[in-house]
Amino acid sequence: MAELLQLLTPEGERRHHREYDLEISAEELRRLYRDMELVRRLDMEAHALQRQGELGLWPPLLGQEAAQIGAGRALQPDDYAFPTYREHGVAWTRGVDPVSLLALFRGVTNGGYDPAAHNFALPTIVIGDQTLHAVGYAMGMQRDAGLGQPPGHAVISFFGDGASSQGDVNEAFVWASVNEAPVVFFCQNNQWAISQPLSRQTRIPLYRRAEGFGFPGLRVDGNDVLAVLAVTRRALDRARRGEGPSLVEAYTYRMGAHTTSDDPSRYRVEAELEQWRLKDPIERVRAYLLRTGAADRSFMEEVAQESAAFAEHLRQSCRAMTDPAPDAMFTHVYAEPHALVDEEQRWWAEYLGGENG
Amino acid sequence: MAESVTLAAALNRALRDCLADDDSVLVMGEDVGRLGGVFRVTDGLHADYGDARVIDTPLSESGIIGTAIGLAMRGYRPVCEIQFDGFVFPAFDQITTQLAKYHARSDGAIRLPVTIRIPYGGGIGAVEHHSESPEAYFAHTAGLRLVTCSQARDGYQMLREAIACDDPVIFFEPKRRYWDKAEIGAVAEGLFQSRVVRAGTDVTVICYGPTVRTCLEAAGLADEEDGISLEVIDLRTLSPLDLGPVFESVGRTGRAVVVHEAPVFLGLGAEIAARISQECFFSLEAPAIRVGAPHAPYPPSRLEHHYLPDVDRILDAVDTVRGI
Repeated sequence: MAELLQLLTPEGERRHHREYDLEISAEELRRLYRDMELVRRLDMEAHALQRQGELGLWPPLLGQEAAQIGAGRALQPDDYAFPTYREHGVAWTRGVDPVSLLALFRGVTNGGYDPAAHNFALPTIVIGDQTLHAVGYAMGMQRDAGLGQPPGHAVISFFGDGASSQGDVNEAFVWASVNEAPVVFFCQNNQWAISQPLSRQTRIPLYRRAEGFGFPGLRVDGNDVLAVLAVTRRALDRARRGEGPSLVEAYTYRMGAHTTSDDPSRYRVEAELEQWRLKDPIERVRAYLLRTGAADRSFMEEVAQESAAFAEHLRQSCRAMTDPAPDAMFTHVYAEPHALVDEEQRWWAEYLGGENG
Repeated sequence: MAESVTLAAALNRALRDCLADDDSVLVMGEDVGRLGGVFRVTDGLHADYGDARVIDTPLSESGIIGTAIGLAMRGYRPVCEIQFDGFVFPAFDQITTQLAKYHARSDGAIRLPVTIRIPYGGGIGAVEHHSESPEAYFAHTAGLRLVTCSQARDGYQMLREAIACDDPVIFFEPKRRYWDKAEIGAVAEGLFQSRVVRAGTDVTVICYGPTVRTCLEAAGLADEEDGISLEVIDLRTLSPLDLGPVFESVGRTGRAVVVHEAPVFLGLGAEIAARISQECFFSLEAPAIRVGAPHAPYPPSRLEHHYLPDVDRILDAVDTVRGI
């Protein structure tokens, strides 16, 4: 087991690290706690909505709240993030309306928000593709600033342990390295790629892959929001200064199924979950907040009430969502007029008109 | 008078003019910088525009398209070179699942004006994977546009228009015509319009890219030797297709032959023949037939003259639709 960088133990005790320490105010701590509570609630509600038939599918983030909130809160507004389909927590930190995430998994859109409005790309479902987009975007930042100048901004690309086996991810490492692109590769190693354990993807700790590509890699306790925040900030700062890419391996665990269609009881044992329940990312922050007096019970109660109202809002918004008009599938196939799409759209309208008439 | 230039030189000039006119245009690909590309289409661009604008990339086709998508999201207008037709497949996923779909997925918020140049087709005696015609794979994917030029004049104009287009455009370059010369000058048709390149009355011959010259040679021979008048149409655009001139022509001739280097089975010719039968049914004197490659991998180059449509096979098809 490689060294796991940790600033907050599962018991809620603060650790210090000579290189990656973090100065953080009580207010910031409370904010991280609130973020994690609310995205966990989003996840729970979405899961329930899927079970009620309101969503077609949901990929739960349960257990990965600290990895996503820590990384997301390390970003500045002008940075840009490229997510997978499980980054609901990062979406939250980028100001994406959570209802639009429900829209995607309800099947009313394949996107749901304007990436440019949030500097947050659309979720990528084909595993690992987005890592190359991230490097390209970072190469654009370099060109905006002038090659050889500090780019001033950075890109973060999310992916998982399974994606580390994809060709595109390895190509992205090469491109980022030789271009010294301002990108942070943020791997949430949640131990499972659907049914396949980490041992099917790698024989060495994932963070060590970075060395072979020529940039630093670091493993952090992915259930420790403070450590994730500290490490990701450092990596992003490095990129913004023009010192190139790095890899952060957030060592965490997928507490839920791969998606609501999955059945983990077929491939993993309950005892493993028990071990990870003891490392819950939110409990340790709660313990630390209460013990240090950075928050009291009434704050926890406020967050709980906010969470309940948020849940009600999500349920109502989801159920109120209407299906798109049939011709929506034609609307944005191309940016410029396209004779075939126009012709087929007209035919469809006539056909449906006749059907209704 | 305008000078005659090769297709390769015309494309080079188009790239140079686009780089000069629009700071967001980037040229990227394997060996496109110092070497100037294996066909020298990007010759001299790196010397004038440097690493920021003309990017020698890692040997990684998926990487070329994947990063071009990111660059386009940042506001750039990348022009990617895939070195040879048979090398595009490592990038197939990025092209079909990402590049083609992003505009629709984002409800029109994100435009990806990426141009992908691909030298394609056979006839140069190359080794495996250097002579293929993969256009049908891409034509099948909504969100992409596909065009192909047949000579230098179109090459210059069409590449400039492809780069200016706000949609992803795959620009197929007929590599065995790189050295054919023509004068650069104004082109009447827009990027997504086909053109009648030889007027005729007996049979309509529909072709594109490298087979346009072959079909014009066939038309010359048919006229000289047998007094048969072939109307030859250069499609220029493969997605969307512009079949108006084709339907108009077949309405007059009643006979159609579609010619391409790609395999006949489920090639562009299948779509074109189906549409001709739908639109021109009552004018047809014979079924539209297709001339192309067999359902076999591209053969060793010593056999390629059998694999590729030539003047004889085109004229044989002309005889067939004339009932001979």
